[in-house]
Amino acid sequence: MAYFMRYLIKKKLVMYKILSAKFIAPDIKHFSIEAPKIASKRKAGQFVIVRINDFGERIPLTIADSNTERGTIDLIVQGIGKTTKELNTLGAEDYILDVVGPLGKPSHIENFGTAVSIGGGVGTAIAYPTAVALKDAGNHTISIIGGRTREHVILEDEMKIVCDEVYVTTDDGSYGMHGFVTDQLKELIKERKIDFVLAIGPIPMMKAVADVTRDREIQTVVSLNPIMVDGTGMCGGCRATVDDKTVFVCVDGPEFDAHKVDFETLMRRNRTYLDFEKRALQEHECKLEKQQLQNTG
Amino acid sequence: MTEKITNKERMKIPRQVMPEQNPAERRNNFNEVNLGFTEELAKMEALRCIQCPKPTCIEGCPVGVKIGEFIALVAEGDFLGAADKMKEDNLLPAICGRVCPQEEQCEIKCVVGKKNEPVAIGRLERFVADFERETIGIRTPNLKPKTRKKVAIVGSGPSGLSCAGDLIQMGHDVTVFEALHELGGVLIYGIPEFRLPKAIVKAEIDSLKNLGVEFVTNAVIGFTDTIDELMQKGISSPPAGKAGSTSLTQGGYDAVFIAVGAGLPYFLNVPGENLNGVYSSNEFLTRVNLMKAYRFPEFDTPVFNCKDKNVAVFGGGNTAMDAVRTSKRLGAKNAYIIYRRSDIEMPARAEEIHHAKEEGIEFILLSNPVEFIGDEKGWLNSVKLLKMELGEPDSSGRRRPVPIQGSEYELPIDMAVIAIGNGSNPIIQKTTPGLDFNKWGNILVDEATMKTSKPGVFAGGDIVTGGATVILAMGAGRKAAKAINEYLNRPSV
Repeated sequence: MAYFMRYLIKKKLVMYKILSAKFIAPDIKHFSIEAPKIASKRKAGQFVIVRINDFGERIPLTIADSNTERGTIDLIVQGIGKTTKELNTLGAEDYILDVVGPLGKPSHIENFGTAVSIGGGVGTAIAYPTAVALKDAGNHTISIIGGRTREHVILEDEMKIVCDEVYVTTDDGSYGMHGFVTDQLKELIKERKIDFVLAIGPIPMMKAVADVTRDREIQTVVSLNPIMVDGTGMCGGCRATVDDKTVFVCVDGPEFDAHKVDFETLMRRNRTYLDFEKRALQEHECKLEKQQLQNTG
Repeated sequence: MTEKITNKERMKIPRQVMPEQNPAERRNNFNEVNLGFTEELAKMEALRCIQCPKPTCIEGCPVGVKIGEFIALVAEGDFLGAADKMKEDNLLPAICGRVCPQEEQCEIKCVVGKKNEPVAIGRLERFVADFERETIGIRTPNLKPKTRKKVAIVGSGPSGLSCAGDLIQMGHDVTVFEALHELGGVLIYGIPEFRLPKAIVKAEIDSLKNLGVEFVTNAVIGFTDTIDELMQKGISSPPAGKAGSTSLTQGGYDAVFIAVGAGLPYFLNVPGENLNGVYSSNEFLTRVNLMKAYRFPEFDTPVFNCKDKNVAVFGGGNTAMDAVRTSKRLGAKNAYIIYRRSDIEMPARAEEIHHAKEEGIEFILLSNPVEFIGDEKGWLNSVKLLKMELGEPDSSGRRRPVPIQGSEYELPIDMAVIAIGNGSNPIIQKTTPGLDFNKWGNILVDEATMKTSKPGVFAGGDIVTGGATVILAMGAGRKAAKAINEYLNRPSV
């Protein structure tokens, strides 16, 4: 018993416990993870670096929310590559080996007037904490949530609690406006003065938003998602081109002026390890299938 | 000693050669290149020391190891006695014996070296440390009575570890904070396995744990806790483990030593540097060493597939040599060092340059990259180089490379690694009011005591000096430990 208690205490000190985990959309899982210190320190826009196990890679994930009383941080993860898919197989009572943070600069928040927070796909999870902060700062806060189909629309209820207005768009028209987030944004711009736009989602979406607001000179911020290793400025792998200068997204960002970001370079650099990612994913899925066969057989 | 041996006879013994892996074999594996002295070789080499009455070698050692005394014990065959003697001044001898530039420090001052080759002090240091670890395990020295004073050390690289080793022996409680998930700093993420096996770093860190040093990983000081929070009074700290996993603030420390290293890689600032396939040496080496990308897909982290590719490493320091030799081991067809000065100005250790050449690394000297050129998909294809010639000496005392007009040419390469040094990481600077920095972001300290502008806060290693060597960082750690001890024992406390 004493040994078991020591084991539990040790585990608490050396691992991070998942308190709850549930899918909120296909392949998108919402985790609450015990990390009291990070919960009390984090500000909107900051991220953590997560490493699942001893063989794992380090991946950055933006903190979607936190609860200082429970001592938890919320991460919303879309299973795309091996690591995120593996993460999404974990559930409540499981442990994550390493969670480091909070990292990066917090979002720059002020009372701009009317602020629009745009989230595409899982990007809505990253836009959410900043929408909360924008509202707290006194902005008339509008949220646009984009998804491929109705079931890919996430955090609509949460956004409704926080924001003054919430709009939904879907690519296939199965819910909300039929179209892209930019279509909704253009509508809003037509009917009133927008002072600030935050756009977080797939790179083509962020680029499209930047193109809509550039000529209209609306201050627009995007959160970049490059490949990272350490997340503290040490490796330079996350470098991006902003205003024709090289920046390190982990320490200089992750949020930047959307009108100055070189999205092409970001998209290209994010494809650096595509072949490796495919191979890792294939082997991971093979392994899972074998396990399932063993379990059923 | 069993038999008397005259100095004349000692001087006749040639410098013993340390066995090493054959170059053709080792360039295909990550095992250690140097294999270390045997007992016989060590004793023979130790006999070459003439035991000068006024030894000058110690002056060359940043941590003041009693070189003559430990070598005399090796000559007598008392290897464990030699280990004890060495550890009076250096708790990380297996690491230092491998990575210190002895030829520029102790060995350059060796009296024997004036006429013959100097005594191989570094190899003997390595032998003694390995002997102890491999025979009876690393023994821990005695500690002074507990002072109940607490010191926080930020960074678990060479400077932080040597400072921790000294302070714990002086009786203080020591906690070391590390940002990464593994301990050792540059010893783990930077220096490759084939030059410094990670098991050896772990063993020497474990010896510090056995002495009572506590370690906290995943702690990015500045974000997870600030320096001010570490020094907040009336807070008790949680035990060692991982930062963020408990709610307690790490606080109540009486002094802080900042040893975070340089940690912000320089790039060349030439066009095309953000093409795919261009890495900083930090990223390339971290992926391979810390994240074990050379064992993908067993480990999840990938790195550029060097197999049968052309790889160019820009720079002439030890890190450049580490990177280029790593690329060779990953299967590079052609691996180049490209350096804008000549080989005389190269800052890398002679041994590293020699090993690199043995492994088939090509040196392209007096050449400066002016542009990286990519293919239509944004992958690196070639580099445009400009030939240089040496002009007048510059501020570093080395002859300044001057471009030869019209000498541009293109070299086809698939991967590039930029290994031209590190600037200062901004995290501590942005989060620590009252701490003074120079215009390059290095922390300003009193050189004798490593004291910063902030009371109770000391700093050392690369964050103070800019990129330097492991042993200089260790020297700074020890100097700081002495000053921190004096600070903690000052009459007013």
